[in-house]
Amino acid sequence: MTTTKRHRLAPMLFGSCLALSLAAPASAEELRIGFVAPLTGIFAQVGKDMQDGFQLYLDQHGGKLGGADVKFIVEDEQGKPDTAVTKAKKLVLNDKVHMFIGGLLASSGYALAPVSSAEKTLYISSVAAADDLTQRDLKKYPYFIRTSWTSSQPHHALGQWACDQGYKKIVSVAADYAFGYEVAGGFQKAFEDCGGQIIQKIWPPLGTKDFGPYLPTIKADADAIFSLMVGPMSLQFPKQLRGAGIKKPIIGGGTSYDEFALPFMGDEVIGDVSGLHYSAALPTPKNEAFVKAYRTKYGKVPSYYSENNYTTAQWIDEAMKKAGGKWPGPEAFIKIMSEIKLDSVRGPIAMDDMRNPVQNIYIKKVEKKKMFGYEKDELWNTVIKTYPNVGQFWTYGKDKFLAQPLYSRDFPPCKFCN
Amino acid sequence: MVTQKFKILMVLVALLALAIIVPNSGSFVVLLTTRALCFAILAMSLDILLGFTGLASLGQAAYFGVGAYLTAVLATKFGFGLGWDFWLVVLLGMLLGAALAAFFGLFAIRATGVYFLMITLALGQCVWGLAYRWNSVTGGDNGINMNGRPAFGLDLTNEITFFYLVFAFFVASMAIMYVLVRSPFGRSLEGIRERELRMQILGYNTWLHKYIAFIIAGAFGGLAGVLWAHTNGHVSPENVVLTTSVDALLMVVLGGAGTLVGAVIGSAIVFGLREYLSTLVPWWQYALGAVYVLTILYLPTGLMGIPARIRQWRGSGKSEDSTKLTAKALASKPS
Repeated sequence: MTTTKRHRLAPMLFGSCLALSLAAPASAEELRIGFVAPLTGIFAQVGKDMQDGFQLYLDQHGGKLGGADVKFIVEDEQGKPDTAVTKAKKLVLNDKVHMFIGGLLASSGYALAPVSSAEKTLYISSVAAADDLTQRDLKKYPYFIRTSWTSSQPHHALGQWACDQGYKKIVSVAADYAFGYEVAGGFQKAFEDCGGQIIQKIWPPLGTKDFGPYLPTIKADADAIFSLMVGPMSLQFPKQLRGAGIKKPIIGGGTSYDEFALPFMGDEVIGDVSGLHYSAALPTPKNEAFVKAYRTKYGKVPSYYSENNYTTAQWIDEAMKKAGGKWPGPEAFIKIMSEIKLDSVRGPIAMDDMRNPVQNIYIKKVEKKKMFGYEKDELWNTVIKTYPNVGQFWTYGKDKFLAQPLYSRDFPPCKFCN
Repeated sequence: MVTQKFKILMVLVALLALAIIVPNSGSFVVLLTTRALCFAILAMSLDILLGFTGLASLGQAAYFGVGAYLTAVLATKFGFGLGWDFWLVVLLGMLLGAALAAFFGLFAIRATGVYFLMITLALGQCVWGLAYRWNSVTGGDNGINMNGRPAFGLDLTNEITFFYLVFAFFVASMAIMYVLVRSPFGRSLEGIRERELRMQILGYNTWLHKYIAFIIAGAFGGLAGVLWAHTNGHVSPENVVLTTSVDALLMVVLGGAGTLVGAVIGSAIVFGLREYLSTLVPWWQYALGAVYVLTILYLPTGLMGIPARIRQWRGSGKSEDSTKLTAKALASKPS
C-alpha cells in the first residue's frame, strides 16, 4: 500500500516541479505579493486572521492594488522561523515575487529580514514587532519596512498613562521571552521615568496555563498589576487572578486583551485596561465599516492582526498608485511608502525615518456593551484615551533611545525590587 | 541476492545523479536539497544510535543546536569562522557536539529503552532551555542572525556552490559512518542491539561501546548544526526544540533504521512533503501523516524494507526469505 502511495506521490511531485519551473514572470502590470503566515500549528488561527485581513482589502478592490493585478501567494510558515526562511526563498526564487509580507513571531521577523537583504527583495513586516528590526539592526536590512509596530511602542504610552492615573507601585507579570521583555521593558521605562515604581517582575514561561504558583507571590502593596499574556495565557491569567481573590486593577499589554482573545473571555475582565495601536471598538466610520465587512465575511471581530494586514494592503495600494501602477523596484517603493501619510482604519499613520509607523496609541478599557448596531452585549475594547502620533522612541528622541540597550529580562534593571 | 558491492554501487550512482541533477533544477530545489542534506547528516548520526546500537534518542537536536549556536555566536560576536577558519569552526562544532554527548552520555547510557528515551529528552530540553533563556549569548527567542557565509576562495553566497560544499560534507559523513558501522566496532554495536547480555558474557564492555557510539553521533550532530547555521542564516531555539529531535527520529524510522541510506531517504521525504508539498497544497499534513502511518503499519523496516518486501511478494525462495524478513524486521526494532 505504501508502495502505491509512493508511486502516486512521485509523479505528482515531479509534475509540480515542472509546473513551477514553467511559471515565468508575466506581464508588467502584475504585482506578485508573497505572504508568509502560520497556517498550521498552534498559531494557525492568528495566521488566518492575518491572511483574511489582507484578502479582505484585495476583495474590496477587485484584486487590484494601485491599478496592478495582484497575484497573492500565501505560504505556510508553520510558526517556525526556519520554515519561514524556506518559504520566503521559495516565493522569491520560484514565484519571483516583488515583495513578501508577514511573519508572525518576532523570531520569524528576525529570520525573514536577512532574506530580504540577501535576495534584494522587499520585505514588509505586517505583524512581527521585534524592536531591533527598525532600531539597532535596521542598517543591515535596506529592503525592510514595517507597517505594524514595535513591541515597546504602545507600552511606553501605557506606562505614562498608568503613572498619570496615580499608580505608584506596579507588579509586572509578563511572558518569559523576547517579546515579553520588550513589552514589559517599554512599560517599565516610561512608568518609572514618570515617577512610578515596578516593585516586582514575574516571568511565567510562554504558554503557562496554571498561574497558581505565581499568584501568591504577587506583592500585596502593589497598586496595580501589569500583565503581558500571549494566546491561551490571556484567557487564563485574569480568570485565575480574580479567582484567587486579587482585586487589584490590571493594566494589560496589547496582546493580553486583543480582540483575538477577547470574545472568549468571561465577565471578570470588564474594567481591565490595555494599550495597543488598534481597537476594534474605535468609534470612527472607517473602522465601523471595516469591522462590519470583516465580521460579515469571516464571522468574527477583526483582531489587530487582521487590521494590520488590511492596512498593509492599503499602504501598498496607495504606494502603487503613486508609482503609476508600475513596480518601481524595492528601494523606490520603500521611499514612496515612507512619504505616504495614510488615513487608515486605525487612524492616521506616517512612516518615521527608521521605517516604523508613527501612529495613534489607544488606551482601552474592556466594557460589555452593544456596538455598531450588533444586537448582543459583547466585550469591546472601548478607547478611553488616545495618544496621537506616537513613534517608536516615545519622547526620548532617537539618539538617546538607541544609545540604551535593547529591552531585556534585565533591562531596565528592577531598581525597586527586593 | 543483492550483494553489498551492488548496493554501494547503487548509492554511488544515486549520489552522482543528485550532484548532477540538483544544480540544474530550479534554485528552490537546490535550496531545499541543501537543507535536506544537513538534516540527512543529523538523521544518519541518529541512525548510528537507533539503528545500529538500538538506542532511541530523543535529544539529538541538542548536538545539532550547539553546533549551530557555536557557529552563529563565533561569527556574529567574534567575526570568527568567516574565512579559512570556517574549517576550524567545523572541527570545533564536532568537538563541542562530541563533548556535550560525552557529558550527557554519562547520565544517559546507564539507562535503556524508554528510560533512555526520557533521559535524552530531558537533557535535550536542558539545551533548549539554555538557548531560550540565555539571552545575552543566544538572543533568546529571537535567535541569532548570521551576516553572510564564510568566504575562502569559493563564492558560498552562490547557492549552488554552497550546495556542493554541503554535499561534500554529506558524502564524507556518510562514508565515514559507513566505514564505522562495517568495522568490528560497528559489528559489536549491532551485537549489543541484538542482545546486550550475550555481548557482556562474551567479554565486551558494552557500556563503553554505547558511550563511544553516543559521542560519535554527537559529533556528527554538531557538524550538521554548523552546516545548518550557514544554510539557514538564522539560528533560533526552534533548532534545538523537541520537535527537531522528533523529526530526526521520524526520518530514520521512515527510511528504515540501521541502513544509513534510509535516514537520507527519510530526510528527503520529510523535507519534500513538509517544505515542498506545503507550497502546493494545504493538505500536506495529511500526506505526511499518511506516509508515517502507512509506513509503520505495513513497513516496520521503513522504506528501505521495500525491496525485501517485493522479493517476498514474488515468492521466490518463499520460506527462507520470509524468515529472513521477519528476522530483519525484528532486528530493526529498537530493543
